[in-house]
Parts: sequence; structure tokens; C-alpha cells
Amino acid sequence: MGTLKAQERNIVIPGEILAEGMDYLPGENTYREQENIYSKVLGLVTLVGRVIKITPLSGPYVLKIGDKIIAQVTDITMNGWRVSTNTAYTAMLNVKDATTRFVKKEEDLSKILAIGDYVVVRIVNVTSQNLIDVIMKEPGLHKISGGRIISLNSQKVPRLIGKQGSMISLIKERTGCEITVGQNGLVWLKGTPEGEYLAEQAVHLVEEKAHLEGLTVRMEKFLSTGVKA
Amino acid sequence: MISNKETIVALAAQQKRLDQRGLLEYRKPIVIETDISWTAEGSARVQIGSTVVLAGVKLSIEKPYNDTPDEGGITVNVELLPLSSPKYESGPPGMAAIELARVVDRGIREAKAIDVKKLCITPGEKAWFVIIDVVTVNDAGNLFDAAGLAALAALNSARFPMVNKETGVIDYKHKTTTPLPLVKQPLPLTVYKINGQLMVDLSTNEEIAYDARLTVASDKDGTISALQKGGSEPLTVEEIDAMMTIALEKARFLREELQKQLK
Repeated sequence: MGTLKAQERNIVIPGEILAEGMDYLPGENTYREQENIYSKVLGLVTLVGRVIKITPLSGPYVLKIGDKIIAQVTDITMNGWRVSTNTAYTAMLNVKDATTRFVKKEEDLSKILAIGDYVVVRIVNVTSQNLIDVIMKEPGLHKISGGRIISLNSQKVPRLIGKQGSMISLIKERTGCEITVGQNGLVWLKGTPEGEYLAEQAVHLVEEKAHLEGLTVRMEKFLSTGVKA
Repeated sequence: MISNKETIVALAAQQKRLDQRGLLEYRKPIVIETDISWTAEGSARVQIGSTVVLAGVKLSIEKPYNDTPDEGGITVNVELLPLSSPKYESGPPGMAAIELARVVDRGIREAKAIDVKKLCITPGEKAWFVIIDVVTVNDAGNLFDAAGLAALAALNSARFPMVNKETGVIDYKHKTTTPLPLVKQPLPLTVYKINGQLMVDLSTNEEIAYDARLTVASDKDGTISALQKGGSEPLTVEEIDAMMTIALEKARFLREELQKQLK
């Protein structure tokens, strides 16, 4: 008979035994060695039927096709820009994917995007060698101006957005800020200085308390009283 | 946080800051602890907000310099440790570390804060040399004030080590009760200018946006001993005047904190 060694929502460390015996199956971020299932990462245990999964508490962001990220322009090339993605890899943004208007051959590309500018882009291609292509030509993708950019542990991004965007719309509504969340953990806030400050604190609250239950209740309380519970 | 220079500049025009502080308001908490290291003759740990620096004072007996045979000396070293910020690399000190060390050094040296004549043991042969080492533990901005405050606190807590009378060897394991011959209490304070507004205690986010800064080292009674200007923009005479007033007032504030916490 298999026995479960870790309970739902327990925090486990790499190498910790999660279950003994063949009755349970290893899911995300776990592995089986002989009879036992071990954790690969530091995270929270989730049980789905017989499958044991772990939601990591921290870790790097892995670039995925289709993700919207916030990136910074680091270089201007012959035909586009190189952008830093807040990961170990940089991405390329081609001129034809950056703007809908016609760009003349001799035009100065720094007039469109200068080094140091932040952009909201979507990843369209990731090769096996981690060469990344991004585009900026869809609705919602643009160059960032004003506001402030804060960074968040990228593993907490799903919690910041919430189910069907419930958490992020709550923060947007209460702070009156425009908020763009990049999957790479960069968040852009724009609103009144007071609103931006409150939203920044709210994002940090998610980062600190995301692993605990009742995050929405905490957030409601924080946004109405300004005190972190 | 990754800051946006435009936002900081725009906020400055409305006399506001990213973290809702007043222009002349220091971050909290300000924590000053002394005697944190038993290997140093004097030591201090200073925290301003989340900026943390350590300072240590070592004393050694050396031959005085030939041009000042009856004087000891002081040396200040600052190391910006890679652990304190992703900006810093290990290796020989860079521009920022050298400037910081020289600003701290000049504040103390030019105020003639340590009576170097009293450090002399035998003219031309032996004198005490004071070595102040400052290391950063976390750089969250305003290292100038934190380093200056830590150096001053460490100097105040320093006690001479025992010296073997026959061999002249220093016994670093035992301290005497004699403090350093500190005759003044110089404290450097930095005032920054962003978009025409003067402010103190910048965070790392705001530091990318300043146009100019002025470090003013002053004594208890307001005597100014050293100045250092930094940043790419010029300053007008009126601005320098205003900056000095702010620096003296804020130095009084930091000095009160120092007094309060050292009791």
C-alpha cells in the first residue's frame, strides 16, 4: 500500500519524499526513484486524484510562445532591436513587427524605440537554441511611457492575475491604475502617484502572501484600509 | 523595482516622490549599532531604510610620513560588495567606491576631527594610524550618508588596543578604555537635485534620475569642512545656498538619531 508523506498545501523542499509506493503518480516538478516520489523544487503540494504536483514558490521564468512580456531595448541592429526579457536570453524585435507604418531605409530606428525604452511585446517564436522573436504589432502591445515598472517573482504572476483576471481587475478598479502584467514578472503601473503607490504595495502583497489561503479577502482589506493583514 | 526616470522627474515637479515620502524626509527605520565586531577596534552598523553598511576602525603602529614626522594618519577604504547590489562586481574598486571613500575621508580629514599629533608615539619612528573600512551590505540608495554616519559612529566607538611595553607588539585581543583623540564630529550629508527640486535620501530607483548632488560635511556647530559636487548638471549659487541649509538641518537630525541610539 502506498502512503502519502506530504499533505495538500504543505511546503516541501527538493529531495523531500512526497509519497511511498506505486499508488501515487509523479506530476509536475516531482520525480519517482524506485518506490518513492520526491520533490524537485521548493513549493506547495497539490493533489489531483492520484497525481502529486508541486506549485513552485520561486524559480526563473521560462519563455513560452504566446506570452505577453515586458522587455527593455538594449541594442539597435540593422533591422530591428534587441530586447532584454528579464531572463538569461535576449529577444529580437524586427522593424516589420514593431510598427504598422512604413519605415524608410535610412530612417533612424532610435526615433521609434531608443535604447533603455520598455516595451510590451508578445513572444512569437522560441527556437531550441533559445533564439526568441517578439512582436509589437497587436492590440495591447506598445512602447511604455510614464508610470512605473516593478518586478515580481514570475511564479506569482498567475496569482496576481487571479481566476479570469479577478485579482488584477480588483486592483485596477480600486487604485484607478492602468496595469499591464508581463508573464516574465515585470508589471507596469500607470495612474495617479497615490494610486500607483497603492498598486505597487498591492503587487508586493501578492508576492508575499500568494502561498496562503484567502488572498482575495486580504487584498480587499488592504485596498480599503491600506493596512497589510 | 525598475524605475522610470520620466515618472520621477514628473513627480519631482509636483514635489512628490515614488514612495510618497516628503522631499526632505529620510526613510525609516534609521538604526545605528556600534561594537558589532570584536576583531575591530571600533565598529558600527548603520541602516537607513533598507540600505545597510558596516564600518570598522583598525589601529596599527607605523612609521610616520617623512613630511609629518610627529603625526599619525587616517585612511578610508570603501568596498561596494557584489552582495549589496547587482550593479557591483568583485575586483579592484571602481569610480563609485573611490569617490565614496574619498568623500568620507575628506569629511573627517579636513575637519581635523582626529588630533593626529596625539596619535604620535615617537616622532619620526612610531605613530598610530587609523584605518576605516566601510563595506556595503545592501545598497538601496544613499550610500553617502549611510557610509559617513557609519564611519563617524565607528570612530566614536573605537578604543586603543593594549600594547606590550617591552616588545612594542600590539595585543589586539585586549582593548584599553582610551578612545581616539576625536575633537570634532564631522558628518557628511548629501542633497540631491531632481528637476529643480532639492531632496535627501534617494532610493536606488531615484538615483538614476538626479541632475546634481552636493555632499556637505559639517561639524556639530555647523562648521562646514568639506564639499563634494556630483552629477552632470550645474548648480547656481542660490541652489548651493539652499542645499547647504538643508544639509546642516538634516545633519542635525541624523546627529540626534546617533546620540539617541548610542546611549
